[in-house]
Amino acid sequence: MSKGKYDIKSFPGFRAITLLCLFILYAPLLVVTVYSFNDSQSLTVWEGLSWRWYADVFTGPESGKFKEAARNSFVIAIVAATTATIIATLAATAMVRGGKFKLRSISFGLISLPLMVPEIVTAVAVLIFFNSIGFERGLMTILISHIAFCIPFAYLPISARMQGIEDTYEQAAMDLYATKRQAFTKILLPLMMPGIISGFLLAFIVSLDDFIITNFVKGAGVETLPTAIFGSVKQGLKPNIMAISTMLLSVSVVMVTISYFVSKSDNTK
Amino acid sequence: MKNLLKTSVASLALVAGANAAAAEGNLVLYHWFEYIPQELLDKFTAETGIEVTMDTYDGNEAMLATLKAGAIGTYDVAVPSDYMVTIMAGEGMLDTIEDGELKNKGNIDPEWADPSFDPGRKHSVPYQWGSTAFAVDTAKYSGDVNTTDIIFNPPEELSGKINVLDGQGELIALASLHMGIPQCSTDRDQLKALNEMLQNAKPHWASFNSDTAKEVLVSGDVTAGMIYDGFSAKARAELSTLQYAFPTQGYVVWMDSVVLLKDAPNRENAIKFMDFLLEPENIAAVSNFARYNNGVSSSAEFLDADLIAQPENNPPAEAGAPAFVEVCDEATQAVYDQIWTNLKK
Amino acid sequence: MAAGAASGGSATTDTYAEAKTWLLMPAWVTIGIFVLAPVLMMLVYSFLTKEFRGGVIWEFSLSAYDQFFFDRGLFGDDPPKIEWTYIAIFWRSIWQAGAATLLSLVIGFPTAYFIATQPEKTRAMWVFLITIPYWVNLLIRTVSMKFLLRDQGPLNDFLLSIGIIDSPLHIVNTNFAVQLGLFYSYLPFMVLPIYAAVERYNFSLSEAAADLYATKWVTLRRILLPAVKPGVIAGCILVFVPSMGSFLAPDLLGGAKNFMIGSLIEEQFKGNAGNWPFGAAASMILLTMVLIILMIFARQQAKAEKGAS
Repeated sequence: MSKGKYDIKSFPGFRAITLLCLFILYAPLLVVTVYSFNDSQSLTVWEGLSWRWYADVFTGPESGKFKEAARNSFVIAIVAATTATIIATLAATAMVRGGKFKLRSISFGLISLPLMVPEIVTAVAVLIFFNSIGFERGLMTILISHIAFCIPFAYLPISARMQGIEDTYEQAAMDLYATKRQAFTKILLPLMMPGIISGFLLAFIVSLDDFIITNFVKGAGVETLPTAIFGSVKQGLKPNIMAISTMLLSVSVVMVTISYFVSKSDNTK
Repeated sequence: MKNLLKTSVASLALVAGANAAAAEGNLVLYHWFEYIPQELLDKFTAETGIEVTMDTYDGNEAMLATLKAGAIGTYDVAVPSDYMVTIMAGEGMLDTIEDGELKNKGNIDPEWADPSFDPGRKHSVPYQWGSTAFAVDTAKYSGDVNTTDIIFNPPEELSGKINVLDGQGELIALASLHMGIPQCSTDRDQLKALNEMLQNAKPHWASFNSDTAKEVLVSGDVTAGMIYDGFSAKARAELSTLQYAFPTQGYVVWMDSVVLLKDAPNRENAIKFMDFLLEPENIAAVSNFARYNNGVSSSAEFLDADLIAQPENNPPAEAGAPAFVEVCDEATQAVYDQIWTNLKK
Repeated sequence: MAAGAASGGSATTDTYAEAKTWLLMPAWVTIGIFVLAPVLMMLVYSFLTKEFRGGVIWEFSLSAYDQFFFDRGLFGDDPPKIEWTYIAIFWRSIWQAGAATLLSLVIGFPTAYFIATQPEKTRAMWVFLITIPYWVNLLIRTVSMKFLLRDQGPLNDFLLSIGIIDSPLHIVNTNFAVQLGLFYSYLPFMVLPIYAAVERYNFSLSEAAADLYATKWVTLRRILLPAVKPGVIAGCILVFVPSMGSFLAPDLLGGAKNFMIGSLIEEQFKGNAGNWPFGAAASMILLTMVLIILMIFARQQAKAEKGAS
């Protein structure tokens, strides 16, 4: 990357806009972080620093609800993302390594359907569906709908990765008398891992953050983190929600920082 | 991949386990938001060993919609207002409490023992009662607050600083009181006038919010806002200049009742819970928390001293007549639904 | 992703061709039963008769669509006129989503461009900086935004204290607040595809143009922009489509005063209205519109790709 090139690339003001963009993204969360340390019950008055709202998250009257909701959310996200990733990996194999076939574009349309249908429409449709077949709503209904709409999110990175893998490796293995199954599990799958991992993570986040569909299909007394938070913030932002927000933010900063340094050390090898 | 699979199978087992635990000793409650103290639910669990799960709603219509959309059979009890009890009974969504099932039925205040919305209390027990009107921050507005003009024909200084409840029943009932017309009017001119009046009032409103009704007043986002009397009392505790209005045109009153839902998965526990709420001490705890009155006669001794005396509980002599929300027939309701849609478009 | 999303990517080999049915079966079944079948069922529901206070009666009826398109007055017996109410709601949604998309593009494009032209080592850090806030729940972000923008919130306090304004800016409960909320909800969906496209862009093309005395801005407009157009289009779709159906931002930031399509649909199933066939019909109309928009974009994208290669 020479200096000369760099000059052509840079535009005046773009850096300023980027910084403005980051400011807009972070300002609300930083304000919330500051206020989460406010000792006051009221949001509008500042009464000094305190950890009380952090204690409240774990021991306060709503702590049971949030623990339960967090557990439900993580269980659903792990199961849904795992199942969706497996389904998406198999589908990607057929789509990328299955040659040309008649149902190919229809299959692709079907797989990306959950992305094309607006979420509120999917939510209503699934509600009608479960209702008319008399499927009792609960954790299971949330899980099933999460699996279905997570598939395209897992599929896209996986198939993109697979397209980048030349088939010579598998061919070579099969020339050495490996079966197709072996070529798949021993060669293709390990090569696809980065795509599978990012597909899994994407599906995981999408499931963890979903509110609209969950809110429509959840059963009595079953809360996920987003629906529990919604129930709380509907009556206005409360200090304990601010504390939760700050914790989510710090966890993600830590995780992202770690993964940044891990990938950096990988590059230097 | 194998590890992922293992984790997911383990997690599935967890989910299954959670469902199994729910099958015994549970009670699933569908309740208004911010209406019952967690301590009281804990007390119920401590006394009976029954775990309580609670979902909340922010309006009678929202509750009805959710139950209709397949949630009936998953909740044990709900807490609809008077008119909604009538509607739910008409929809066949309520189970009948047999004679003698409730040990504490005798505790019900005679005044609330045989209400028109549930004659003989066959499906419900009284919970709390109160009124719906609006509150005004007198530090910012010094005029007369006891008139529905505050909401529907506001003075210049309140324009754009008004919140209304996002509930069709209460808003249209108050609007009808404002205009002095019956709630289930079939008179076309009256209905047209109502529609027009609401259309003219809407530009003065900042928002439609039920669940933030208190917060928007306390934070100063709005100066006047429709609100329930007890919620207004809680708001006043945070902002002392708030005054709850008793309009001379009249105001809405309601009685929320605990109903036994059809196909309740834990019917026995639901009955136990209703009995629990008929204990004077317990229902008084709800009143002390939510700042409303209740329908149990001997609960007075457990009430906070200032609850009876709070201004939200004591309409002035010149206050208009209180009115319950009325249930209209399908054809009439269709017109009101149309008016509501016109209002929100 | 941008290119792959439109065309489905291409098959590379046919190694697993004979197993393809079995490999695709789980995806077909899951999405077929739990997304496609529900959508088809909703189509059926939109042609049924509404049951009073929620639910349907299994009798064919066009009244849901009639209600959508024809105004028969308050009492339902006036001669039918075109109903503008719902068209206006759709128009408002398109307008709001469009404004949010434009806002995302105006801020997102320079940001994506700036990041993609940073030295390779720091690029990942910039991308992380953009995505970190998205680990915090969407609801919390939206409510935080509201908290910040309130009439007596921190932003107004700050602006008042430094004397830029004399009276608080009134932002919450306006259309602008909704646009800002939508922008805040979906910005990375704009930045990431554009970033990916600019990163792939071969800057020697720009250099060649510069050698021919094209100014920087001309180079940007004439050379770079056509080359990264697929990324821009993908970004616009990924912001516009979810914005159209959103109901959280209008509800929380807009004061639930004016319906957008999402809130209109939600109200039929979870709110006051309880008219299921009408909700289903509005959903079908929304879905049809989105599919038409996607098709137009896909065609544009195919053209752009052809042009670029």
